[in-house]
Amino acid sequence: MSNEIKKTHEPLFHVAKRDSLSPLKGLLIRVIAIVVAILLCSILTFFLIGTKNPFSLISTLVDGSFGSELRIWRFAKDLAVMLCISLAVTPAFRMKFWNIGAEGQVLIGTLASISCAFYIGDAVPNGVLLVIMFFASVVAGAVWGLIPAVFKALWNTNETLFTLMMNYVATYLVAFALIKWTPDGSSTLGIVEHGHLPEIFHPYLLLIVIVGALTLGIYIYLYHSKQGYEISVVGESQKTACYIGINVKKVVIRTMVVSGAICGVMGFLYASALDHTITTATVGGLGFTAIMVSWLAKFNPFIMIATSALIVFLNQGSSQMSTAFNISSAFPNVIVGIILFFIIGCEFFINYRIKFRKSKGDAEK
Amino acid sequence: MNVINFLLSAISLGTTFIYGSTGEILTEKAGHLNLGIPGVMCVGGASGCVALSLMYKTGMPPVLILMIAVLATFLGGALMGLIYSFLTVTLHANQNVTGLAMTTFGVGLMKYMMSGLKPIRYLYAVDYFRFPFADMKNSLQYCGVMMLLGFAIAIATSIVLSRTRLGLHLRAVGENPATADAVGINVTAYKYGATCIGSGIAGIGGIFYMLTYSGSQEAYLSVEALGWLAIALVIFTLWKPYLTIFGASLFGTLFVAGSFIPSLGITLDMSATPLLKMLPYIVTVVVLVVTSIRNRGTNQPPASLGTNYFREER
Amino acid sequence: MNKEIALMMQGITKYFGSVAANKNVDLTVYKGEILAILGENGCGKTTLMNMIAGIYYPDEGKIFVDGEEANIRSPKDAFVYRIGMIHQHFKLVDVFSASENIVLGVDDGKKYSIKDVNNRVLEISERYGFHIDPKKKIHEMSVSEKQTVEIIKVLYRGADILILDEPTAVLTPQETARLFDILRRMRDDGKSILIITHKLHEVLSLSDRVAILRKGEHVATVNTAETNESELTEMMVGKKVQLNIQRSMPQNPRVRLSVSDMNAVNEEGVKVLDSISFDAYSGEILGIAGIAGSGQRELLEAIAGLQHLESGKILYQNPKNGEEVNLRDKTPLQIRDLGVRLSFVPEDRLGMGLVGNMNITDNMMLRSYRRGHSMFVDRARPKKLAEDIIHSLAVVTPGLNTPVRRLSGGNVQKVLVGREISTSPTVLMAAYPVRGLDINSSYTIYNLLNKQKENGTAVIFVGEDLDVLLELCDRIMVICAGKITGVVEGRRTTKEELGVLMTRANAAPYENRPAYPLTDDVPQCVESVAEPPVKDFPDAMNRVLMRIKKRGEPQ
Repeated sequence: MSNEIKKTHEPLFHVAKRDSLSPLKGLLIRVIAIVVAILLCSILTFFLIGTKNPFSLISTLVDGSFGSELRIWRFAKDLAVMLCISLAVTPAFRMKFWNIGAEGQVLIGTLASISCAFYIGDAVPNGVLLVIMFFASVVAGAVWGLIPAVFKALWNTNETLFTLMMNYVATYLVAFALIKWTPDGSSTLGIVEHGHLPEIFHPYLLLIVIVGALTLGIYIYLYHSKQGYEISVVGESQKTACYIGINVKKVVIRTMVVSGAICGVMGFLYASALDHTITTATVGGLGFTAIMVSWLAKFNPFIMIATSALIVFLNQGSSQMSTAFNISSAFPNVIVGIILFFIIGCEFFINYRIKFRKSKGDAEK
Repeated sequence: MNVINFLLSAISLGTTFIYGSTGEILTEKAGHLNLGIPGVMCVGGASGCVALSLMYKTGMPPVLILMIAVLATFLGGALMGLIYSFLTVTLHANQNVTGLAMTTFGVGLMKYMMSGLKPIRYLYAVDYFRFPFADMKNSLQYCGVMMLLGFAIAIATSIVLSRTRLGLHLRAVGENPATADAVGINVTAYKYGATCIGSGIAGIGGIFYMLTYSGSQEAYLSVEALGWLAIALVIFTLWKPYLTIFGASLFGTLFVAGSFIPSLGITLDMSATPLLKMLPYIVTVVVLVVTSIRNRGTNQPPASLGTNYFREER
Repeated sequence: MNKEIALMMQGITKYFGSVAANKNVDLTVYKGEILAILGENGCGKTTLMNMIAGIYYPDEGKIFVDGEEANIRSPKDAFVYRIGMIHQHFKLVDVFSASENIVLGVDDGKKYSIKDVNNRVLEISERYGFHIDPKKKIHEMSVSEKQTVEIIKVLYRGADILILDEPTAVLTPQETARLFDILRRMRDDGKSILIITHKLHEVLSLSDRVAILRKGEHVATVNTAETNESELTEMMVGKKVQLNIQRSMPQNPRVRLSVSDMNAVNEEGVKVLDSISFDAYSGEILGIAGIAGSGQRELLEAIAGLQHLESGKILYQNPKNGEEVNLRDKTPLQIRDLGVRLSFVPEDRLGMGLVGNMNITDNMMLRSYRRGHSMFVDRARPKKLAEDIIHSLAVVTPGLNTPVRRLSGGNVQKVLVGREISTSPTVLMAAYPVRGLDINSSYTIYNLLNKQKENGTAVIFVGEDLDVLLELCDRIMVICAGKITGVVEGRRTTKEELGVLMTRANAAPYENRPAYPLTDDVPQCVESVAEPPVKDFPDAMNRVLMRIKKRGEPQ
């Protein structure tokens, strides 16, 4: 070890944890991060795609989400879908159960609904069919959540990887069903004629109302019910939960069933209100995006409306961009990814503060 | 001959996992669970293809093209690792969320990059990635020098981790960063280093799959799914890089079983294909469950895995 | 003094958030001396030392090593200045061997070979008289072995300034004596040794000089030879403090909890409770003394339904109907459903007793949220209770919605104890309830425990400060390595006797019954209801007392 001591300068700054930050300042930091990110993306698209000016990304984003009545409706629909899946993963996350299997839980729910419509659609009246579909989806989603939860509760099996694998099992089950259902070998199921939810005023309105009610319901469940309280305690400290006699295993399993069931509801909505069919890509990665939406909202259902809106806005806007400029449809993911990095990164400035050292204090003698 | 063909192609596919898992093990040994590995592998693969397309018809010697492509792949992956490290190490962001965002971003970026490339501008290099003496009739055509590189990297990583000062320090960082910090190990540097090198290695898995194993223009669409399996394989191998060679071969076997069973004279219904493809995932689940039941107390993940280190935490 | 200065601190200030951990501290350390850093819990001793060791960076002030200004930004910098710190919580990697831990972070330019390291470690051990197996894994080691590893680790790096943070807290007297011998040998070798402690007799027997810190400020540095215990205490606490805890005779004690032959093992299969048998009586405080980690936690958790027992019985005598129930292996919920009013103040307040990120109201609900058949929680009652506790126990908090983790240690403890007492328990267990608390908060807790005792609660108090145990408890049960080594009368025993029992390897026969008069055979109906003195007792707690009386509980 050398005895030579480097003449080092005092560090320019150091990082300390913040005690607390007013919600307004927190919001401001996040807004700044998003604005900076969008500006960066604008410049990026300007150079990569050669848009007319650096700000055309922003105008295209707004145009993509709000440019016409149709687009506003589509925005509202996507928002509802995004919100619904985000709500579904939230109870488990509040318990610090990293369920990244929403994708599979929704898909299996859709599969259950479509199966019902496919096999017994002719035999029963639409109303009854819808009820059966609903329960089938909820049960299927719940079971898909239950399986990893049981193993987590009994043997602490890593839930992140387990739920991830369940996504693929669900995907291949759908692929299997599609082969069985399409004798022509195309594996493309057309619109299933039965089990459509009635249209009220607009095709998407009922969906939006259902998700709105769900948001309120989940909020009350999480913040005002005994079960919601137990979820918070288990999530904060399992030791405390044991200490006051909460059966942690039971709460883990029950909460994952709830999460899975809500995913099942979304699956039902895909089948009955949106797609009326199923492909292996029905959910399209929203299960993963939902995790980030939920996390960004600090697991609060009402804030989740805003974070879902943000993600949907970015997604829609940048898909508009890809059509407008005829570039890959994967481009939105790049934009969303970059903006997510900024939002994730800006949390640092909310939780920590950077203290710059005063310049050499000769006076402090 | 069929059995050998079968094994060769299984091991070749498995090599994709060797790269991915070895990279992830390095990252996890530093205490960071990088769920962005699928995205990293995608970006790595795409970077390699971009590099190849730049060298298209330049008349450079194949060995040089291969080396530059692999280097570009490594750098592409490492760059993704850099983003991940910056967010999780410097900015203390949640590792799971950051990882998922990385995957969203990486997959998107790859598809965007690949959509701008003409397949011929990178597929020409398939011949360089595969053994030149390979016969189109047997599975040797799915193998190449990069397979050996994968084995070598896995074994070398194992040796570095267990036999060198570097490895000792890295393991300490992942087990107990406060301790490592207290003895003067630069925790941040190790975390950055392990994550970036690990991501670089994982990235090579992407190009390996696209150009050595598959060699088709749709190959890039499957990289993400393989990336997720690579993460699962880490648990299967109990955080030991050399074991990835066996684990990866097993996973590869399950993956290619579907296409080889018919060649053994057994006729399968078409609907069996998705079920066979499901098998590796189910096996992973079984392994997950079995290791979680069996390995209580030993063979545990690095103790600080998933938590960020902040020195002045009180 | 013509000794050479090894290290000097000038005007060191460090803030955590808005709290000043150290304010304008000046300190000088000479070569070849043992300097004790003395101060109460939370006076900033450890923070100050951490700044020398590079764990923290001072907000203001300068540090000089060998006369030159030193900028110690990391532990690595500290090593360059030949400074090494042995932390209270050992910083060792559990899955590594002793040698791997020792060589960790050392880059001497030579090729890394664990065999060479093993040899070096044995060399150092021989020189200073350590006993250690370099290949043994840390998680297989005893506490004192781990400490040895820590010290060798610092010596291996050639440190000249050694900082030890409360090294004796986890040691037996014999181990302490051995450690002190080693430290003296190092001093004679010319090394500077800084030892953080709050045990006065150790300061007096070991150190050359004493630096006293109080509330983050440096009060004085004195030569050990020229001072005495009471002077040091005075400087440490600011005024002369006698404990003066009020202790009344137990009224009508009867067996409330009867534990027999309790055995338990931990996850590694090590026996943590070994044939534990004792009785806890109503109206008394039963103290539990022992070196940290002797089985205190497991003992309390077994009674609270959180620790599985291999064998044994925990019989609870219900004062209401005289029924006897066995609490062994019951869950906390089952215990409650049996009508046992058991309260437990665990050692880990924010990790177990409370939820740090929840506000006071939600923390009040932890025990009571299940009340009623509604699906929804009722926050009105917990809110009222929270307000009562804040008011009556003088909890300092910005508001009801502040997460409890942002309260100071004393206020956190008041919230926790307040909640546990609010259910008017018949058995109250408290593990280290005054650890880390200032003197005022400590007395609040002692008073609350005494009131519970006077109300007829069987109080079990796990403590570490022997003075407190001696003045607070009616009986003191001493455990060592999971075994009871003695049960003594708090009014008659001495610190020395407790010290001996705490380190005794084998259990000796002991008297399980208290010496004061018992009322085992007195029928319940003739029990006199003693009126507790309630002058200084807070309102909320008075209401609790009234409730107990209305129910006709024994006092």
